[in-house]
Amino acid sequence: MQKRLVLDQKQIAITLDRFCHQLIENHDDFENTVLLGLQPRGTLVLDKLVKRLKEISGVEVPSGYLDATFHRDDFRRRDIPLKANETKINFLIENKKVVLVDDVLFKGRSARAAMDAMIAFGRPKKVELMVLIDRKYTRDYPIKPDYCGRKVNTLESQYVSVEWASQGFAQDAIWITEKEVKS
Amino acid sequence: MQQLSTKHLLGIKGLTAEDIQLIFETADNFKDVINRPIKKVPSLRDITIANVFFENSTRTRLSFELAEKRLSADVINFSSSNSSVKKGETLIDTVNNILSMKVDMVVMRHSSPGAPHFLSQNIDANIVNAGDGTHEHPTQALLDSFSIREKLGDVAGKKVAIIGDVLHSRVALSNIFCLQKLGAEVMVCGPVTLLPKYISSLGVKVEYDVKKALQWCDVANILRIQLERQQIKYFPSLREYSLYYGVDRKLLDQLDKEIVIMHPGPINRGVELNSDVADSEHSIILNQVENGVAIRMAVLYLLAGVK
Repeated sequence: MQKRLVLDQKQIAITLDRFCHQLIENHDDFENTVLLGLQPRGTLVLDKLVKRLKEISGVEVPSGYLDATFHRDDFRRRDIPLKANETKINFLIENKKVVLVDDVLFKGRSARAAMDAMIAFGRPKKVELMVLIDRKYTRDYPIKPDYCGRKVNTLESQYVSVEWASQGFAQDAIWITEKEVKS
Repeated sequence: MQQLSTKHLLGIKGLTAEDIQLIFETADNFKDVINRPIKKVPSLRDITIANVFFENSTRTRLSFELAEKRLSADVINFSSSNSSVKKGETLIDTVNNILSMKVDMVVMRHSSPGAPHFLSQNIDANIVNAGDGTHEHPTQALLDSFSIREKLGDVAGKKVAIIGDVLHSRVALSNIFCLQKLGAEVMVCGPVTLLPKYISSLGVKVEYDVKKALQWCDVANILRIQLERQQIKYFPSLREYSLYYGVDRKLLDQLDKEIVIMHPGPINRGVELNSDVADSEHSIILNQVENGVAIRMAVLYLLAGVK
């Protein structure tokens, strides 16, 4: 299987640091801001981001996990249904600035579902999207990230895999991989 | 990425332990949903569900209807008491007419054991058994076990006593299957006339003394006396039944431990269960009702996802 490295551990760390500084610029003291990691993989990015933000700014930004499984538009259209994950939001987002955090932006359908799911917790003042990887020219919905690690050109036959050392991989890394052809 | 091993929920007997765990894990998420400010998700927005009740029901029917609406399904309700069944229409004709209206799922309660199984072999829709005679009531058993798991952390290894009219109870049979699949020990307790003759062949303990049953168990699931299903007298009087098998505070105070009290409802207060127990800190009866909605949402959602 062919693999092409997009970001290595050092580059991911630099990207997360840049995100932190961009957030500080845009959200000042985070008084009215919350961060939501999209289940299942955006939560890993969120955890690292929240930790790094505290180290840099000293502020512990309210954060939570958002699962959009029940709001997806492909239910009953997949071979196997997606398993739901935990939503963990211990606050209302009414009139808050919300930053949705995910690892990869592909067709935009997950982000759309996430916004639908998010509305159950109130009407946000503003919503922004943060992703480590933006797969260019693949969008099905008019959605684009406000904070982006790297834009990449990919084919339908490829997927982006995000590996974290905390999950047992050798190091944090993001790869473009060819999908295995089912014979 | 998991799905149920079955297209229908006809009984607990047809489910695997993995199916039950998947239903519980999905219900955990739905319990979170029904406690949010906005208690609705759009998952089943393109699905129509018919609630077909050939027998009276309050709790189960309301619970299913609420679960369906929380999932954004279109719902039609049918009850035999004010339908063409009274004019002699057969079960299959009634349901086929409903299906002609492009219904995807049927939730059915019927007084004849096996009615949902018969339907599942003859029509092309997901069937959910909401109780068939004295046979099974799978969603009640699922919510009962889910409530035990919620209260005690796990079902495996727990001792559960099912006390009362086991002979006429579909809840008892489904509970026995469900609890055993999840690794619990089960005891049935009641007057000899209200326990099926070969009940021990299901691998359950049998006890006739309610005090001993309560002393043995971690959880007591108290059943209602089903007078509507009893064609003959199984005990001298309700007063006598209450005296020997009614669970009250005095009985619980005699135990050297705390136990959890459950009841599938409706309660005959003062017969099988006294108010001083039903409304006490031992009781999780209202939790069962809340969990019923989450469990039924999970069942409907997972069945809709089976291709």
